[in-house]
Amino acid sequence: MKTDEKIITARNLVKKFGHFVANDHLNFDVYRGEVFGFLGANGAGKTTAIRILCGLSEPTSGEIMVAGFDAHTQRDLIKKNIGYMSQKFSLYDDLTVSENIRFYAGIYEISAKEIRSRTDDLLKRLGFEHAKNKLIRDIPLGWKQKLAFSIAIFHRPQIVFLDEPTGGVDPITRRQFWDLIYEAAQGGITVFVTTHYMDEAEYCDRVSIMVEGRIAALDTPDNLKKSFNVANMDEVFRKLARNIE
Amino acid sequence: MRTILYIIQKEFIQISRNRSMLPIIFVLPIVQLIILVNAATLEMKRVNMCIVDSDLSSTSRQMTDKFKGSPFFKVKESTFSMEEAEQSLQKDKIDVILRIPQHFERDLVRNNGGKVQVIINAINGTAGGIENAYITNILMEYNKQVTAEWVGVSTKGPLPVPSVAVTTSYWFNPQLNYKTFMVPAVLLLLVTIIGMFLSSLNLVREKELGTIEQINVTPIHKYEFIAGKLIPFWIIALFELGFGLTIGKLLYNIPMLGSLWLLFGVAAIYLLVVLGIGLLISTSANTQQQAMFVSFFFMIVFVMMSGIFTPVESMPVWAQRLNLINPIAYFMRVIRMILLKGSGFTDILKEVISLAVYAWIILTLAVWRYRKVA
Repeated sequence: MKTDEKIITARNLVKKFGHFVANDHLNFDVYRGEVFGFLGANGAGKTTAIRILCGLSEPTSGEIMVAGFDAHTQRDLIKKNIGYMSQKFSLYDDLTVSENIRFYAGIYEISAKEIRSRTDDLLKRLGFEHAKNKLIRDIPLGWKQKLAFSIAIFHRPQIVFLDEPTGGVDPITRRQFWDLIYEAAQGGITVFVTTHYMDEAEYCDRVSIMVEGRIAALDTPDNLKKSFNVANMDEVFRKLARNIE
Repeated sequence: MRTILYIIQKEFIQISRNRSMLPIIFVLPIVQLIILVNAATLEMKRVNMCIVDSDLSSTSRQMTDKFKGSPFFKVKESTFSMEEAEQSLQKDKIDVILRIPQHFERDLVRNNGGKVQVIINAINGTAGGIENAYITNILMEYNKQVTAEWVGVSTKGPLPVPSVAVTTSYWFNPQLNYKTFMVPAVLLLLVTIIGMFLSSLNLVREKELGTIEQINVTPIHKYEFIAGKLIPFWIIALFELGFGLTIGKLLYNIPMLGSLWLLFGVAAIYLLVVLGIGLLISTSANTQQQAMFVSFFFMIVFVMMSGIFTPVESMPVWAQRLNLINPIAYFMRVIRMILLKGSGFTDILKEVISLAVYAWIILTLAVWRYRKVA
């Protein structure tokens, strides 16, 4: 569902913490409807960048537009149009599945009636109907991740940001999670996802690879493999990392 | 605005699922009211006393009988050895020594005056002072009696002894019942503890869990979030006040002279301040531990300076000025005035205005301090 319309543009995005430069002049565009992979080792600056794009953190400098709004001055408008799921778990352990959905949907000012019908829909699609009234703490991690993702797009945002969404689960569950991501992308939601699983990079339309605060490469997985003359993304990544060292 | 309702709903569900919450809400007030009200008393009853009567005359016996008959003293030991008495005092077995020297009666008759010695354990200065006052009172009484008897004996007829008669009436607490004084204060402590701790721990808990990120990434307004966090605990604390008042009435039959509506009205404003401080702490702290320590610090200082045990008026001037920012001091005055004196709105207007201004400032600060953007 990739289009030519730019939905995120970043020009010279810089974020400093004191003297430490976490994001060093990042430049990239994300197109509406694509699955954009944001790769990098731990500490490369992925989370910092994603937090800026979500309006959770203030950029030091740079022109950043998300869903048509300025990341310096229009953060609340950005927030209306995006969804976010972070590696740190965002569901309330002591609320049930449906209570979690209702709470977040309520914050986005979706009407009570609409919440009910969309909740039933969602649970049916995920096959979670039987777990509707289970506490989050009692359901398996894989389910929680799927649910967290579904809640992040419950208000039908234009973009969803996923910060290492699949940490700690087995490859099958991860594959299922990616099915959900594709489904969302099919529905026209732009997906911006960070990961350090290189097999997941293959699932993206385009990937950018961050090394030490800079974007070291940005292209489709196929083009990257060709230009580095390697068989898989894992090797692309290693080559890039080695160059820096 | 509907957003706030969703937050309140969520908070109440979480509170109801928290197993430790119900005991805190229902058991804490009962325990506090029973223990604190009965234990934290300045009334002196049955102070342990040792009498060293070296005279063993009928006069000295009359005098010791006065103490034995007094509800304030319990003559626990009698000895002839001053050394022994002092040892008991040292060991904390007794708090007061009354020493009647040899030839007390003889001196009284011959020289028109006898001497007794009183030694008081004054580690707690206030208690020591009160004990001294009681002893002096008993001795004066005894003096009067002796004078009257002897004057009567010597002149066969009452001589006019000039004296000033003082009639005292105690207002607002005629029986000088310490419990009447303490129950309102303990109630106040109760709602303050519940309010401040619950609110200060709540928001920071979401920081620890990471759920606050998910909230911060929504278009929710800061005031909506703070209001949604504040209102549940506000309702609980007001309920707690009602619950505590009921227990106070049942257990101690405390007077409720003023309007309960007025009391709850002021409590509602007061709680905004307390909860606001809790939330302010919560927005600034990173862990529940930090929030707990800071809340604890403020609680202790505020409570000790609030006039709960010692009158604010007798504190040094600088301390009284510090009480300007002590919300507990305002409400301490108000709750006692309304319940015990039956004060009306105009009597407490100053406190109400102060608390309202305070609430406005604190809540503004809390909203300002809550950062959606790091």
